[in-house]
Amino acid sequence: MKYKNELKKAFHISIPIMMGYIVLGFAFGLLLVSFDYSWYLAPIMSFFIYTGALQFVAINFFNIKAGYVDIAIASWFINIRQAFYGLSLIKRFNKTGKLKPYLIFALTDETYALLTSIKDDENLNKKWYYFFLLFFSQFYWLLGSTLGAIFGSNIKFNTQGLEFSLTALFVVLCIEQYKSLKNIFPFFIGFISSIFSLIFIPSDKMLLVSIVVALILLFTFERKIENE
Amino acid sequence: MNNSEIFIAIAIMSIISYFTRALPFIFFRNKEELPHYFLFIGKYFPSIIITILIVFTLKDVDFSIVPYGLKEIVGVFVTAILHLLFKNYLISIFLGTVFYMSLVQLI
Repeated sequence: MKYKNELKKAFHISIPIMMGYIVLGFAFGLLLVSFDYSWYLAPIMSFFIYTGALQFVAINFFNIKAGYVDIAIASWFINIRQAFYGLSLIKRFNKTGKLKPYLIFALTDETYALLTSIKDDENLNKKWYYFFLLFFSQFYWLLGSTLGAIFGSNIKFNTQGLEFSLTALFVVLCIEQYKSLKNIFPFFIGFISSIFSLIFIPSDKMLLVSIVVALILLFTFERKIENE
Repeated sequence: MNNSEIFIAIAIMSIISYFTRALPFIFFRNKEELPHYFLFIGKYFPSIIITILIVFTLKDVDFSIVPYGLKEIVGVFVTAILHLLFKNYLISIFLGTVFYMSLVQLI
């Protein structure tokens, strides 16, 4: 095989992602079928959407019958951090040709962290090396979520409280965000705007209203936030 | 949602996700060109949305009746403490969820 070395190296580097994606994917699949959705939605979502946090939130969208426009806007803001990942990879993704659209598609929090932490190896064909690395990662996520969904639809156990895995995921991400940002103000804005919407807004519009209120607060206190 | 609505929702989320990831490759070739407000949102909004999402996931909890959402609040704190102690996101999410599930199933 022509790109055997690239394949080997990519597999080796992807092992830490394997652990995380299979376990988290499994939790996602399990949660999805616990609301009686078909198991095959798990692989479909992991194939086409492939965004951990959004896929979990999507289950909530299905449950509350969220409007399409609301889903689009909320998805955009949930994923907005990923719009900035590409900035530091524009140069590295040059000359990746036909594979470039997939490399961009498969940029997740974890693969981005991995890609920016590895050094390019002169002996490897860069574009295929990146491709295998990102492909393996998506494969783990797809595998984990499919297994979780199949397991959950065949083995019945008490899943009450399982939805907390999503809350726990966000708590962890929140702590990691704080460690890198070291500014409490945005968390405060998020908290105020979401508590406001929780009290005054019906649950199918809550996320959207929270985002709008938060944006207003963010720009109102722009100076104060940047001086923190 | 019924199945066809779910498929449309999945299509929307797929397109938005891809567009979000492709944005810098389409519009911004170097960082200096970025408008200020864009960088500002990019720096602070991820922290805001994560906080909002924590509250959003707890939207169905009724805080006005016993036990006043205490199980959820304790669950959040346990997960946070686990994460600060072990710094491993799989341990924090797994044990945090198991802890919460035992709270709601056993008490």
